[in-house]
Amino acid sequence: MRARRFIPTSVASYAVLIAIGLFFIMPFSWLLAASFTDNANLGTVWFSHVSLDNFRYIFDSGYAKGFKNSIVLGVSNMVLVIVLSCGAGYSLSRYHFRFKKTLMLLILFCTGLPVLALIFPLYAMYVQIGLIDSTPGILFFFVASSLPFNIWLMKNFLDSVSVELEEAAWVDGCSTLGSFVRIVLPLSAPGIAVVGILSFIGAYTNFFVPFILYTSADKFPASVQLFSFFGSYGQVNYGQIAAYAMLYTLPAVTLYLFVSRIFVKGINIGGTKG
Amino acid sequence: MQADVAFSRSSMPPRRQRFRVGLLFMLPAFLVVAVFFLGPAVWAVYVAFTNMALTGTGAATPSWVGLDNLHKILSDGQFFSALRISLIYLVGSALIGQAVLGMLLALLMQKRRPVFKSVLGGIIVACWVMPDVVAGYLWFSFLHADPMGLGTGTGLLNSVLGTFGLTQHAWLQEYPMAAIIVANTWRGTAFSMLLYASALEGIAPELLDAASIDGAGLWARVRLIILPMLKGTIATDLLLITLATLSDFTLVTVLTGGGPGFDTQLLTIYMYQHAFKFYELGFGTAIALMIIVAGAILSLLYIRVLNVEV
Repeated sequence: MRARRFIPTSVASYAVLIAIGLFFIMPFSWLLAASFTDNANLGTVWFSHVSLDNFRYIFDSGYAKGFKNSIVLGVSNMVLVIVLSCGAGYSLSRYHFRFKKTLMLLILFCTGLPVLALIFPLYAMYVQIGLIDSTPGILFFFVASSLPFNIWLMKNFLDSVSVELEEAAWVDGCSTLGSFVRIVLPLSAPGIAVVGILSFIGAYTNFFVPFILYTSADKFPASVQLFSFFGSYGQVNYGQIAAYAMLYTLPAVTLYLFVSRIFVKGINIGGTKG
Repeated sequence: MQADVAFSRSSMPPRRQRFRVGLLFMLPAFLVVAVFFLGPAVWAVYVAFTNMALTGTGAATPSWVGLDNLHKILSDGQFFSALRISLIYLVGSALIGQAVLGMLLALLMQKRRPVFKSVLGGIIVACWVMPDVVAGYLWFSFLHADPMGLGTGTGLLNSVLGTFGLTQHAWLQEYPMAAIIVANTWRGTAFSMLLYASALEGIAPELLDAASIDGAGLWARVRLIILPMLKGTIATDLLLITLATLSDFTLVTVLTGGGPGFDTQLLTIYMYQHAFKFYELGFGTAIALMIIVAGAILSLLYIRVLNVEV
């Protein structure tokens, strides 16, 4: 009896999953079709006059600079956040000190502040200290706003990495830094992958922060460029928008695909520890 | 610095020395957060009580105006309208849409074939990692209607409806709220799905098998074992997506620009309009402060509910 009931459940699951999958994949058809079509409009959802002209236009017209700016923001944020959150997460996970509880609560509290609301006071602050329209200024804010959540993530992850191996290394004469680099970091790869992906994508895709804080057009990342350049022309070339959007999306998706296998292991927060 | 550490290593007991290293590891991160994250938050408290502006009297010498901004917000009908819209958007797209759909996906995908799992998972995650602006354009085209025949084409949804002889709609104008809720559900579900999938891996299969042998059906297993065991993850997820949705601006701006009229004007769009369109920085920051306070209250509530051990 039980075996017979199991088969329909699995068939039904597949049916529901495929239906949900269709819902998720349908909006992509425009992006794929329109980017490869000349004179595409919003109704272009299948390939008819396939050409690479839209992509060629993006590169020839110098719009590609936006991608470079976005990559710079994404990669810098990723590197800085990984380094800083590994350090802080490690200390919080391994050491006991007097204000640790307060500090952890403060981090959780910071995770709770809506980033977008901070941009207005930040703007006011940056006007006073002259950090408007500056890439380091924007990067500092990206790093600072990504850190609380990522430190917390890293600390939780490191809690699950056993201490015995490190202690064994110390007995063998390894320094704290040595055991950190040679033992802790390799074992934390899933956690680092999650922190890296989240911080790269956070800065790479962000629209609002650069939209408010940058004033010169040549510094605009792809998000702001996509929003403002194409909208400001009299007639909109939807094929070029699609091609631009496609080129902009690919690095983020590709990066995720590279680490997707270890991603689920690393994102275990607040739940059962396996 | 290098020399200092090397020196202390030989003269200090190992525990103390390790503690120093720990402090060094931690300090840079907290310094950055304190200056560039908590700094603006504290600064907001000051700016919100001034008439700071980018033009006019408040621009040169911002002066203290006390509770004027707060008073102005609370007597502005548009604020309450924006608050209502933000809450509907939050409940509809995050708490119901993303969390429920994410849980459903995580549960259903648990025992499926690996290839199927990675393809479907890949598609759903692609929606989440793609830039906001791109997601906005995708949904703009998907829901597009061209009733006047302007040559912009008919979006996929209306084409499909037309093929089956159903009525086409200008979704973004006729049902703007539903449109942004569905679009944000599509966009954010992956995060909840990944969190739940990860937590589900931590539940021992023996436990579910045992329940199954004792006669517990699928729903009973979900309700009596899985959901209680995932309580912490669910609370974490709900808080994180709540904050992300409260902060959302881009998707809705690209899709509807807050319109038609003010029908989809979220708190963040309302705040943006005042601070950067009308250049009332003090007033805009006062609105920001209210959102920060809302987030802070939620954060404290969450720490209590989760009973976080640190």
